[in-house]
Amino acid sequence: MAREQHDYDDIPGTYVFDQDRSRQGFGINMFCMSLMKDENRKAFKANEAEYLKKFNLTPEQTDAILKRDYNRMLELGGNIYFTAKLGATDGHSFRHLAAVMTGSSQDDYANMMLAGGRSVEGNRSKSGKVAKAAKKPAKKPAKSKAKTRSKSRSKRG
Amino acid sequence: MAKIIAGVSSSHVPAIGAAIDNKQTEEPYWKRVFSGFEKSKEWMAQAKPDVVILIYNDHASAFSVEMVPTFALGCAAEFPPADEGWGPRPVPVVKGHPQLAAHIAQSVILDEFDITVVNKMEVDHGLTVPMNLLFGSPKEWPCPVIPVAVNVVLYPPPTGHRCFMLGRAIRKAVESYPEDLRVVVFGTGGMSHQISGPRAGLINSKFDKAFLDNLTKDPKKLTRIQHLEYMREAGAEGIEMVMWLVMRGALEDKVDEVYRFYTVPASNTAVGHIILEPHRRAAKKSVGKAKKPAGKMKRAAARVKIDRVRS
Repeated sequence: MAREQHDYDDIPGTYVFDQDRSRQGFGINMFCMSLMKDENRKAFKANEAEYLKKFNLTPEQTDAILKRDYNRMLELGGNIYFTAKLGATDGHSFRHLAAVMTGSSQDDYANMMLAGGRSVEGNRSKSGKVAKAAKKPAKKPAKSKAKTRSKSRSKRG
Repeated sequence: MAKIIAGVSSSHVPAIGAAIDNKQTEEPYWKRVFSGFEKSKEWMAQAKPDVVILIYNDHASAFSVEMVPTFALGCAAEFPPADEGWGPRPVPVVKGHPQLAAHIAQSVILDEFDITVVNKMEVDHGLTVPMNLLFGSPKEWPCPVIPVAVNVVLYPPPTGHRCFMLGRAIRKAVESYPEDLRVVVFGTGGMSHQISGPRAGLINSKFDKAFLDNLTKDPKKLTRIQHLEYMREAGAEGIEMVMWLVMRGALEDKVDEVYRFYTVPASNTAVGHIILEPHRRAAKKSVGKAKKPAGKMKRAAARVKIDRVRS
């Protein structure tokens, strides 16, 4: 059965770890959790494919883990706090993972962050329906309130 | 009676903890972050709470995916720091306040918050980093802490409104506790950040600053922000900000902003921090009647201002 669609699937470059992904990715996340123990890290490193057999993974999930395809792991139900443990087992910093997931070099990623991070402009919506800050939660309602207030005041006055 | 004397919010970026543990706080990159908390530590040294109630989320340390409580209340006598893959952080064991925690559980469950009671739990950077930021790095934490873990990892987290209402229920519980305790509530996490997928690195300072403004001015507006909007505007992991609303709900409607700090970035995250105290004049109930006209006048003055700006 195809994945049920949600409003947040419209956010670009984002795999929301929802109930459906959690169900599918239970094996990935339990595998990652197992890496918290040193003996398991050693067993995994000694024979990765063999070690993964313990976790009831689909062939796609196994493939994504063996290839360290971090985006694919997220898509197939892995969660970043868990997959980061695989990165740590490989001796990688989080910046390495971020560079892999964003398709940039570690330096470029670090420089982007120093320059204020990835802008939300142009990164809100796949469909383009939400091109600009459609809802400024902070300001618009305040303005409309002010409007109604001043109106009612002028009526009274 | 116990009472809540202030609310504090702060990001809980793991790299901040690593910078403390690796003694890098004087490096320019980190100094920029830590300098923002110097005044906060002074404030905290004066506030001297008897208990901290700390709202945070676990990051695959205590809860894994085997069990995911939406709200979990730490009722144990102590909470050791968790091993997050690099050995436990070299911070003191967090001492709980089992008696007040039990009282809160008893109270909020009857207030229809079906909270999970946790009697054995390790705590990760989500809890210990804000402790460092506000208390420094003492040998023992100066007061007991009641951890309240909120699920913000598995979608959907509780709504912002629900979090705010939990804060209300916690306040009611604290205010019905017979011992004279001065309590500070921490809301942690955020602000804007995304650490997963091709959009990782997202920061939205406009959203963050509006959030900080409204935390004082109009928290109810914040309770209406939908999850979609948090994720779209503040990043997939920016949804953690709902936890700040538990803190806000635990305070009175009117608060004074005592201090604020904001900087970008700490590793992947926008660091935000705010200290709120109950509104000074509102605290004196005896002048309550005299206050109302003054409030009206203020509003009228505000309207005039708006009209002037328009014309």
